[in-house]
Amino acid sequence: MLKLAIDRLPELFAGLAENRALYLPTEQAGQVEYGPWTPEAKVRLDALNTVKSAKDLFFPQSENLMAFKTQGKNISILDTRKEPQPFVIFGVRACDAASFDILDRVFLAEPVDSYYAARREQGTVITRACFEPEESCFCGVFGIDALHPAGDIATWETGGFLYWDSLTDKGAALTESVSGLFDPADSNELAAAIDRAKAIFEKLPLHDLSLNGFDGDATARLFDSPKWQELSQSCIGCGTCTFVCPTCQCYDIRDYDTGHGIQRFRCWDSCMYSDFTKMAHGNPRTTQLERFRQRFMHKLVYFPANNDGAYSCVGCGRCLTKCPISMNIVKVIKTLGVKEDV
Amino acid sequence: MQRIFGIISEKAKQLLSDGTCDRMIGWKRGEFFYDPTPAVFSGAGDLEDFVYDGFCGSNLSKYLIQQSAKEGKILALLKPCDTYSLNQLVKEHRVRRENVYVLGVECRGMLDIDKIRALGVKGIQSIEENGDQLTVHTLYGDKTIERSEVLLEKCRCCKSKEFATQDDLAVTGEPMPEAPADRFDMVKKLEAMTPDERFAFWRSELSKCIRCNACRNVCPACSCVKCVFDNDASGVASKANTDTFEENMFHIIRAFHVAGRCTDCGECSRVCPQHIPLHLLNRKFIKDINEFYGEYQAGADTESRGPLTDYTTDDVEPSVVMQRGGGK
Amino acid sequence: MYSAQNETLIPKLGVVTDVRVDTPDVKTFRVNALEGGVCFKHIPGQCAMLSIPGVGEAMFSITSSPTDTEYMEFSIKKCGCLTDWLHQMDVGQQITIRGPYGNGFPVETDLKGKDLLFIAGGIGLAPLRSVIRYVLHNRDNYGKVDIVYGARSADDLVDIEEIRKEWATARDVNVYLTIDREQEGWDGHVGFVPSYVKELCFAVDKTVLLCGPPIMIKFTLASLQELGFDKTQVFTTMELKMKCGVGKCGRCNIGSKYVCKDGPVFRCDELDELPNEY
Repeated sequence: MLKLAIDRLPELFAGLAENRALYLPTEQAGQVEYGPWTPEAKVRLDALNTVKSAKDLFFPQSENLMAFKTQGKNISILDTRKEPQPFVIFGVRACDAASFDILDRVFLAEPVDSYYAARREQGTVITRACFEPEESCFCGVFGIDALHPAGDIATWETGGFLYWDSLTDKGAALTESVSGLFDPADSNELAAAIDRAKAIFEKLPLHDLSLNGFDGDATARLFDSPKWQELSQSCIGCGTCTFVCPTCQCYDIRDYDTGHGIQRFRCWDSCMYSDFTKMAHGNPRTTQLERFRQRFMHKLVYFPANNDGAYSCVGCGRCLTKCPISMNIVKVIKTLGVKEDV
Repeated sequence: MQRIFGIISEKAKQLLSDGTCDRMIGWKRGEFFYDPTPAVFSGAGDLEDFVYDGFCGSNLSKYLIQQSAKEGKILALLKPCDTYSLNQLVKEHRVRRENVYVLGVECRGMLDIDKIRALGVKGIQSIEENGDQLTVHTLYGDKTIERSEVLLEKCRCCKSKEFATQDDLAVTGEPMPEAPADRFDMVKKLEAMTPDERFAFWRSELSKCIRCNACRNVCPACSCVKCVFDNDASGVASKANTDTFEENMFHIIRAFHVAGRCTDCGECSRVCPQHIPLHLLNRKFIKDINEFYGEYQAGADTESRGPLTDYTTDDVEPSVVMQRGGGK
Repeated sequence: MYSAQNETLIPKLGVVTDVRVDTPDVKTFRVNALEGGVCFKHIPGQCAMLSIPGVGEAMFSITSSPTDTEYMEFSIKKCGCLTDWLHQMDVGQQITIRGPYGNGFPVETDLKGKDLLFIAGGIGLAPLRSVIRYVLHNRDNYGKVDIVYGARSADDLVDIEEIRKEWATARDVNVYLTIDREQEGWDGHVGFVPSYVKELCFAVDKTVLLCGPPIMIKFTLASLQELGFDKTQVFTTMELKMKCGVGKCGRCNIGSKYVCKDGPVFRCDELDELPNEY
């Protein structure tokens, strides 16, 4: 383990950004989002959740896939992909870091999504432990340890130092490039801060949220529950929950006429939208109840059924704080879950 | 807040049990104390989870489009500003007023949990209201803040404590606090900027847009059955902002579409996950309409023609007004 | 680390080499790779994403058989923006094509050696035509073949020439055609497919391949069960909106199954395990 005095962070960022792009939480018009580091950037490492999650760096909200030129009856397909460049994301919280595993299960399953894979390959993830969780945090429910986040390199900020620990070969290689900045450290120096934070995590109101009753075999019981009606009744059908969610990965592919040719792009889509499953001859999900149910069934039942029981939720709490009507996955879990002692 | 909640509960029970109303739309207790959800209650016996407190900022009027199309009468709890939205929807023949029983509920101004968080308050557990002050209990200690600092934007500039329509009222009779700010203060600031400064302001705000459509879906004036931006055949349907032009134009076009009909209910800004001050676009239109055609408040009544859908021979020429520097 | 070989979202080019007008709203397009031959190999029942850049991309059944090695065919009903455009295509028009997608019918396993009963309604013949042609090409591998095919009118029967000339005359093949309402010049059976299936009173040792509009599938399945068929004997195909074709874009799921990847062919008892949302 290594350490660096906090006032030397700008040197660290400059060092990391020397040969590659560096993204970290920055304030943009009052909101904290992952943005490129520049010496002028307003870095906000204190923010727990960025509005959009870090998934944006691997699975951007909108990306061009290819372009077409048409001439008479002929079409040519243009590969518009750029040579992928190495980059670093700094300050990723344990929840977002865990979301990459969930996205990997989708995009890196055969056939591999090469656009996503290229970014995963080029990106080095530096995570940051959470010492001051919010009341809306519940990553622990999904087995995520916010005090020991995953990633290529994990960091902890306490006592005026940034502690730094490489967890992968990729992390070690990056550490090598900035090693001159660090002093050796002992993980025991973190123990007191971690113990203090552990006590806070145990006091979080959602720390004992039970997932009893949700698994890949629960489809029949949950799908037909009459409670979806009351849960979904005031959903306004916007895409906020899906767009701020670190694990939502549904996408649309659309064409855009630039006037000089056709760009085919992919963009985030939302199962909450009325046209998500609409076909020329009909729609299997005609009301918001069905769309709402799909989102939560996917995260809590269908995804586990296809992925060895892994839930498609990391407990980041973004949907708790951002939903216009304050409906969220915690309310769904509590309403539809099964009490353990029954 | 406890007192007004008691008054509303009593009235609601009465109206639901004496047959005046069949069901009620109000707010249901959330997971925390600050996240109630709009909900329909099926009768007097179903009010266990009903709440009304400083976090019931959402405007329930738009739900009445669907609710009033159903059989029976729905009891709607509307704050003063919400009643303007209802009137406007009635004027646009979207809500069947005869199927709605409006219980006007008193409002001291609603709180914005995000503004409380923005003051650096983390791990919020509960809030005590002591008059103009709030004591926030958190996992990391207590903090005292001024109530007026953390009001929702729409309440900071409260446009009215009067009910534009009501069938009955639930009020304590206590004096309601004055709105701490002029609702056109920021518009005036923007008007005073140079075009380049103004463009920079809006680019910086609108570039945050993630096209979640929350502003549109929550807006009572956006009641089209199918929005042009959802219509594949329109040629402008879009799920993600393809470029900066779209980032800007989606909101500007929407503001144009609701101009003259927007009651300034503030829901667009309240729900924006990126806190884009969308209400400023609407307020600019409202301010201009006031200056060109005389003071006008959309939703103040259900019959009059709006200034943008009406013509009179003494309508001003906007260009002339602008040359004179605004004002009729 | 990751190979660029599986570029599943990037299509190939194909060219339309023949257009056949089947019915007032169905045309069959023959498509070749630019260098000739098929764009890729497939098994009966699999699908392909066809697209006209700037208009749209959508999933279609491959109606030719893998035994048709010189070309691929798609029978397409005009019902939306993209299909309207496709219907205006002439020979020589290039399109983009990617695939094959989906599981296909188990022609080399469950269906082998069995007596087969094909039941199709309207454009539902499209995915079955591939199997029928495959079975007729490998005739000795399968038992008796019965084909029940219905449409709204005689004019709406797709591939009628091929059905009469090739299928009806093949060894051990019976073809039963029906139309919904009486029509001048039609001396065949009149009535809906589900009731016709009941009238025909098939022996219950057959394996059934059923495809058509959802409502027709539902009632035909009921008829088959009345005759004594078990759901495990009936294969059908599902159709939901798709974008990627490989189970990633997230919209064609029925419960935990993706129609593009785990389907489109399902055995009817498997469908019972899934939520009723299709």
